[in-house]
Amino acid sequence: MADVTQSGGAPRLSDMQATYMAQVSKRRLYSGITLLVFILLMVSGFRLAEARNGGSFIGGLDNFFDYPGEVVAEAVEKAGELPAHFVTFFPALLETVNIAAVSTLVGALAAVVLSLLSTRGLARFPRLVPLFRRIMDITRAVPEIVIALILIFVLGGGPVPAMIAIAFHTAGALGKLFSEVNENASLKPLEGLESVGATWSQRMMLGVVPQVAPNWLSYALMRFEINIRASAILGFVGAGGLGYELKNAISWGQGQYDEAAAMFLMLFATIILFDQLSSHFRDRLVHGRKLEMHR
Amino acid sequence: MSATPMNKSMSDTDALMAQTATLFQRKRMVAFGVPALILAYFVYVFFAFDVPGLMSRASAENARALVADTYSYKVHVTRDNRDGAVEVAIEGERKGEYPEGESPEWVEMGRDTVIDLGGGHVVVFGPETISYDVPGYGMIRATPSRSKGVVQEFPTDDLPAWINSSKNRLAITTEAGRLSVTRNRSEVFRYFTGWELFFFTLDSPYHGMSVGQVVGRALGGEAGEIWEDFWHNEMWRHRDVMWAIFETILMAFLGTMGAAIVALPIAFMAAKNFAPLKTVRFGFRRLFDFLRGVDALIWTIVLTRAFGLGPLTGALAILLTDTGSFGKLFSEALENVDDKQIEGVQSTGAKPVQRYRFGVIPQVTPVLLSQVLYYLESNTRSATIIGAITGGGIGLLLTQAIITQKDWEEVTYYIVLVVLMVIFMDWVSGMLRRRLIQSDDAGH
Repeated sequence: MADVTQSGGAPRLSDMQATYMAQVSKRRLYSGITLLVFILLMVSGFRLAEARNGGSFIGGLDNFFDYPGEVVAEAVEKAGELPAHFVTFFPALLETVNIAAVSTLVGALAAVVLSLLSTRGLARFPRLVPLFRRIMDITRAVPEIVIALILIFVLGGGPVPAMIAIAFHTAGALGKLFSEVNENASLKPLEGLESVGATWSQRMMLGVVPQVAPNWLSYALMRFEINIRASAILGFVGAGGLGYELKNAISWGQGQYDEAAAMFLMLFATIILFDQLSSHFRDRLVHGRKLEMHR
Repeated sequence: MSATPMNKSMSDTDALMAQTATLFQRKRMVAFGVPALILAYFVYVFFAFDVPGLMSRASAENARALVADTYSYKVHVTRDNRDGAVEVAIEGERKGEYPEGESPEWVEMGRDTVIDLGGGHVVVFGPETISYDVPGYGMIRATPSRSKGVVQEFPTDDLPAWINSSKNRLAITTEAGRLSVTRNRSEVFRYFTGWELFFFTLDSPYHGMSVGQVVGRALGGEAGEIWEDFWHNEMWRHRDVMWAIFETILMAFLGTMGAAIVALPIAFMAAKNFAPLKTVRFGFRRLFDFLRGVDALIWTIVLTRAFGLGPLTGALAILLTDTGSFGKLFSEALENVDDKQIEGVQSTGAKPVQRYRFGVIPQVTPVLLSQVLYYLESNTRSATIIGAITGGGIGLLLTQAIITQKDWEEVTYYIVLVVLMVIFMDWVSGMLRRRLIQSDDAGH
């Protein structure tokens, strides 16, 4: 080895430089091509989407502020009525938040069970791990709207179809995140518990949950934030809550924009509020853990 | 000498015991209190959502029809009682109608139309009277007439529960099928398992052929025609459905990538280490919060007014919302950048642009890419919902099919496709993540 480098000297260095430069230019070529393909995809995709759209992009840009402008103008004009609207629509808002909260709770409970059953090393039935993973993949893949619309047909409108639909999706989405957390849990407490004859559920409750609870909680809070949005949007498709009221107010058109504006404001404020709350608590959960670890 | 430390340790133990006791007390409170709180909340929601009322309103009939329709189909044999014309149509749709003079083998056309429902159940549409021979029960006769409604004769006086009879209407539901007679119309449903006409409609020459025969024809040079017949199947509209799936993915792709492109430069303005001016940083952060807080639903509504219905509107709604999300995530990633690498690049005399290009971008690319790909997958799902509102993609087809409340087999088909689409996008994004971010994976 040492021989080769010594006898190599100057010509080898230039060789190396040449190969290096060749490699660099090859890499640049590849990334250039990738970039070009990406730009082409974006441009052609955009043009295709525009061609299949009701109105054009440029034409729409001019009117972009028309609707918000009208809404704001009307809301300002009838500013005195806004507090009354807030009171009127508060129950609907509460329903939207309740849908999100219940579905997060139910989904998270299901996710806990699913994730424990599908983590190697913790699973109750190690052979069924792939089965539970596939179950989570499928529940995660089903968009909420599908289940909500079908349940609306069977159960009639209202908050329950939306709640079940969101909980279903949450179970899969959180289950995957939870099982990633579980994989990092130490198995030593489990061995200790097993040696004193603890059952599976006792081992999980006493050995795993205390280790992973902060991370679980943090993910669940994040999910709650997402679920508020989902619950509002499902309401728009007919599943109750603020989304449903919003749809009605919008379809009445001009003259009722003050109601729409009130609901826009309420939804916006709620989302921001829970965003801030959840990020505050998540910060504390994760930071608290970090401090303990440093000590 | 030895007594004092003993005492001390004793009092220490006491204190420790007391501390432990309070700790246990608190733990016990939490262990019972939290589940109790959750339970109380569930009870409140149970009544707030009016679950008892919902259970009484829930329609088992709808549920049964829905489930049955997902795996079976029915063929309607309909007689117009005014002119005596008989039609056979799959699912009673025009697109599934048998051509004039043709019928499936269990329907015998003629002066009397004899419909064999299998298992000994036979319905005959006579010139005047409709008869249904139910095995183990007897012959039921019904004669529709202008003046007297539907005149009905039964073998027994007490009618079983599966017969629904009134002056102007007779409906019989057995395990073999269903007959309904009104003054204007007599109709028989026979149920079959499967998705009817999924590959070819009745007007296609390939309808009714076995897989082997079709493959044989395809190898014989008819592949093009076979594909045409399948692709333009009017009943299932495979072409439109595939377009819709593509449109949904397109919305997600344009929205996510567009948001990433817009958010990246702005994220620099919101990161502590790149935007020294606090007001600028504050302004951009609030902009991101605003974009995220307004939410896709409101953006969709506002954008639909400006750009009309369609996939572009959906893509723009995703773009706006995710510009906020990406802006926040990217600026956090940029704040975690290691300064040493930038200093190293700077020490070689690099200009600011080069410093960003070689000092910052390589550090943040893995984080950014992995976020973008994760959002791409999740936005495929959002695009389904947004499509239902903006009128684009598979979301629209799905809602339309559900609103008609009868084509549940189509709903099932769409759901299967949506699930496959999301799993496919999940797989693609996972694969790209592993390919592009090898270093990140190796680090773990």
